[in-house]
Amino acid sequence: MKLESINELQENIIEDFSMYEDWNEKYEYLIEFGKSLLPLDEKYKIEENRIHGCQSRVWLHAEMQNDILLFFADSDAIITKGIVGLLVKVLSNHTPKEIAETDLYFIEKIGLKEHLSPTRANGLVSMIKKMKSYAAVYSNL
Amino acid sequence: MLDIQKIRADFPILNEKIRGKQLVYLDNGASTQKPKAVIDAETFYYEHQYANIHRGVHYLSQIGTDLYEQVRRQIQAFINAKHEHEIIYTKGTTNSTNLVAYTFGRKFIQEGDEIVVTEMEHHSNIVPWQILCEEKKCILKVIPLQQDGTIRIDDAEKIITPKTKLVSFTYVSNALGTVNPIKELITIAHKNGAKVLVDAAQAIQHFTIDVQALDVDFLVFSGHKLYGPTGTGILYGKEDILNEMPPFEGGGDMIKTVSFKGTEFNDLPFKFEAGTPHIAGCIALGTAIEYIQNIGLENIYQYETELLAYATQKLSAIDGLTIYGNAQQKSSVISFLLDGIHPYDVGVLLDNQGIAIRTGHHCAQPVMDFYGIVGTCRATLAFYNTKEEIDMLADGIVRAKKMLQ
Repeated sequence: MKLESINELQENIIEDFSMYEDWNEKYEYLIEFGKSLLPLDEKYKIEENRIHGCQSRVWLHAEMQNDILLFFADSDAIITKGIVGLLVKVLSNHTPKEIAETDLYFIEKIGLKEHLSPTRANGLVSMIKKMKSYAAVYSNL
Repeated sequence: MLDIQKIRADFPILNEKIRGKQLVYLDNGASTQKPKAVIDAETFYYEHQYANIHRGVHYLSQIGTDLYEQVRRQIQAFINAKHEHEIIYTKGTTNSTNLVAYTFGRKFIQEGDEIVVTEMEHHSNIVPWQILCEEKKCILKVIPLQQDGTIRIDDAEKIITPKTKLVSFTYVSNALGTVNPIKELITIAHKNGAKVLVDAAQAIQHFTIDVQALDVDFLVFSGHKLYGPTGTGILYGKEDILNEMPPFEGGGDMIKTVSFKGTEFNDLPFKFEAGTPHIAGCIALGTAIEYIQNIGLENIYQYETELLAYATQKLSAIDGLTIYGNAQQKSSVISFLLDGIHPYDVGVLLDNQGIAIRTGHHCAQPVMDFYGIVGTCRATLAFYNTKEEIDMLADGIVRAKKMLQ
């Protein structure tokens, strides 16, 4: 089975969100999605994997399996975890080159751009940077 | 009795719709909104009276200087300072504290000396002293917090000793709302020969402060938490201490004569006011003080105390909600957490309902460490807030809790 491309995954999420009329529904979706995700294995919840944001904490673990880069992530705040989950869903399971070259547009399209604002200090901006930098490092190996 | 509806009409921003909903602004501890009079005062000055102040021979410069110096006298009266030159304009509380750390600290605090703070301080009343201690090899000691968010006088008496050169503490805790026993602490410090700096950033807007009655050596606060413009602040210091302190920044306005053989510094207060200040902001700060004096700090205190009691009762009734900071003497701050729910999630969902609170560690990480929590949700009140808004907050919290559970 062919894996969905990063952009196909982004489009799926945008379509899912287009069904929601108000913000409460969007947040309900994120909360439920966040809750449905398995917590990150405790062995990965270490300081090296911790992404600093002063509001909520985010952990990101990355590993290569064959040619594919996998991400595993978690947050102590459930809304952040929902967004973290979306990012993992979109970016994980692709080649480092694909990830590095991706234009990540779905967050803006689904109206969650303000969650990436530095004033939120929730670690999401740093998380995306870190995902991209893992991809950059692995694609150069 | 305050006419709250009339007061609310003075604050244009309170009519704003946020995400289609009526704004409920409960982040007053971070900054207060501005009455139209303050906004107008700043605009009027720029439109009709603006020029650089001091040393100008022309008409506009003189008007500006008069207004600016008149506000200094107004602030002197507001906190009952003995002399107008004991009022130093700064950029804000943090800037005022750093001024003391860099001048008083560097001159009067030596290796082995001790500085005492409390565990409930804002980072801006911790870090300047840590920097000083690093440089001078002096020691920073901490009066510990108790579970209810207070400190004990017994502890203060043990920790403040003749080795203490400065005791620096907050009047009101920004994270917990605790009002500290300021008179007792000042007495203990003075008995040991130490000077006292009081951080009044969360106090000056809520009740009357009389620096002479308190016998405090330094008092610092911000204009923007006092319904005035951002970028304005005050350092009050006793004349004799300020006179002995070296200047902070060098530049224009703080000198009498300059030559390459040597420079003679200006007298108080100008010695500490190098460079062109925030003239318009300071003038509008005068308007802000006039505004709250017209309402009356006594009335404000009474109303806010009543509102805090109402909010405490309302929020305590929510199942699974814990309030952090339960001091007998509290002012305008309610810090809380919902069982098993991250404060950030609550903040996001309240924001979605137009309710502005603050979440996180509130620049007081040691307080969060003390309770072993990552942060809190914090609602902070002002005299323009209403019981209806508290009801909306309580309903909003219940709604958020339902979504998050």
